[in-house]
Amino acid sequence: MSLDLKFTFTEKKDTRSGFGDGFLEAGRKNPNVVGLCADLIGSLKMGDFQKEFPERFFQTGIAEANMIGISAGLAIGGKIPFAGTFANFATGRVYDQIRQSVAYSDKNVKICASHAGLTLGEDGATHQILEDLGMMKMLPHMTVINPCDYNQTKAATLAIAEHEGPVYLRFGRPSWPIFTPADQKFEIGKAWKMIDGKDVTIFATGHLVWEAVVAEAMLRQEGIHAEVINIHTIKPLDEEAILESVKKTGCAVSAEEHQINGGLGDSIAQTLIRHNPAPLEYVGVNDSFGESGTPTQLLEKYGLNAENIVKAAKRALARK
Amino acid sequence: MEKQSIEQLQKICTQLRRDVLRMVHAVQSGHPGAPLGCAEFFVALYFDQLRHNPDFKMDGKGEDLFFLSNGHLSAGWYSVLSRSGYFPVSELKTFRKLNSRLQGHPATHEHLPGIRVASGSLGQGLSVALGVAQAKKIDKDDKLVYILMGDGELQEGQVWEAAMYAAHHKVDNLIATVDYNGQQIDGPTDKIMDLKNLKAKWEAFGWEVIETKEGNDLKSVIEGLEKAKAFTGKGKPVLNLLYTEMGYGVDFMVGTHKWHGSPPNDEQLAKALGQLEETLGDY
Ligand SMILES: Cc1ncc(C[n+]2csc(CCOP(=O)(O)OP(=O)(O)O)c2C)c(N)n1
Ligand SMILES: [Mg+2]
Repeated sequence: MSLDLKFTFTEKKDTRSGFGDGFLEAGRKNPNVVGLCADLIGSLKMGDFQKEFPERFFQTGIAEANMIGISAGLAIGGKIPFAGTFANFATGRVYDQIRQSVAYSDKNVKICASHAGLTLGEDGATHQILEDLGMMKMLPHMTVINPCDYNQTKAATLAIAEHEGPVYLRFGRPSWPIFTPADQKFEIGKAWKMIDGKDVTIFATGHLVWEAVVAEAMLRQEGIHAEVINIHTIKPLDEEAILESVKKTGCAVSAEEHQINGGLGDSIAQTLIRHNPAPLEYVGVNDSFGESGTPTQLLEKYGLNAENIVKAAKRALARK
Repeated sequence: MEKQSIEQLQKICTQLRRDVLRMVHAVQSGHPGAPLGCAEFFVALYFDQLRHNPDFKMDGKGEDLFFLSNGHLSAGWYSVLSRSGYFPVSELKTFRKLNSRLQGHPATHEHLPGIRVASGSLGQGLSVALGVAQAKKIDKDDKLVYILMGDGELQEGQVWEAAMYAAHHKVDNLIATVDYNGQQIDGPTDKIMDLKNLKAKWEAFGWEVIETKEGNDLKSVIEGLEKAKAFTGKGKPVLNLLYTEMGYGVDFMVGTHKWHGSPPNDEQLAKALGQLEETLGDY
């Protein structure tokens, strides 16, 4: 049975390429934009910027802590550093360096984190960070962004270059549907209602926004009308949009490629519990590490695909 | 384990290279370059040097232990572990697949024999190995702790914290080997972040340094490890600078960072296997 999707795609691409292309454009727009990478220039798609602006790009070698410190220093000198590595090494590895030199010191550093979540695939759990959103959103001053496809990642990259303050930008490795418009304006902190609905709200972030779009169509076939809201900014969270939607639908699902503990769902739960306690079901990794496998296999095994969003929506509805 | 002839060990090296290539090819992911370059090291260590308990029990007491800090060499390590009896060779076919014990980077929670700590995030192994070595000292266990690190990996600050600690605490029951292949992901190490004079650096940190200049010559590798062993128990940690070639054994893979993390396609695999005779039987 074919699905009547409200958003479709003709092309797939990795979100890290959206970052790389946005980074190059940001560099062309603003000579203060500089880049750093810890021996993963190819993986982060930072090579085009490096080629065009060699004097504004710094290879740090495999030394992430040093890279964060240097970024803070470049920011003191008025530059806008984009520091790139895998999400695991961009967060957990350097948490105290970020905490003291970037967040607490309020430095205009953009931490650019690729290969986040399970969908990095075969490299396995050592590299599949599922705790980064939690760690980063806990830091005062930090803005946390997790875009959903190539176009949104590119737009987000351009937006954070113009935003003053520390930012954590999370993206990924797999080739993924491009279903949002190329010319979109990215507003930090402003949730995007992608699909109107009345029965249940699906709040999704990152790669799982696509799964939410698919889940919406599956639910509609069963007569359930879900609202889909794209939460690209985890922090600051658009509480207004969340409350407005749940006031209408009366229940919600959160969907993220992250631990349930400390993720987007947790933030939404805090908002709901304070203002409008309503049933909320989580789609996320349930207190476990990942493993090697293909992205599709892993999303299925760990309960993160459209089918699981559908099930969660039904559980939420039943609790209304 | 009974000592084997150089000829026999050489055959195991060739088989290990075949295993690595077939493993990364099968899942079209993983890291062939460095394990190809470290085949002689792995085989010399596991089939000639390590005094392992024959039961492969994992309590780690009374035997030499090995740790792989540069976890992306997993394919090579899994091959040598299985070929030396830690688990069935047939399990190599599960590498990097869903529900496998052979994770992309070494992991413990699937309980694969021979693996005692996860690795993959670089720069952490030497610290762990130091703890193991000190536990052995407390227990008056006279066996040794071995560890392999990458040369690019040495760019991590933690390695030097560990280096300082090791000399200060006279951890002399440890032999650390550096895979000195001069390559890392983005290019040659001297272009990415120059390591300069590694021998002098380690010496300045208080280590006994030996150089194995022919890291892809089995006899030299064994001699180097013997020499390193002779330096243990003398109050200093021992470093073995192992000069290797990334991608060694396959003419179109050798000496370049291009094969650090790229699997061969069908045609490349066939060509590569044509240069490596099947000796012990493919998995
Ligand atoms: C902390 C950390 N940062 C970055 C990486 C990504 N990474 C994996 S292997 C590698 C290069 C390692 O270089 P080297 O140790 O020389 O190994 P070789 O390329 O010779 O196999 C990098 C940067 C990582 N695994 N861990
Ligand atoms: Mg190297």
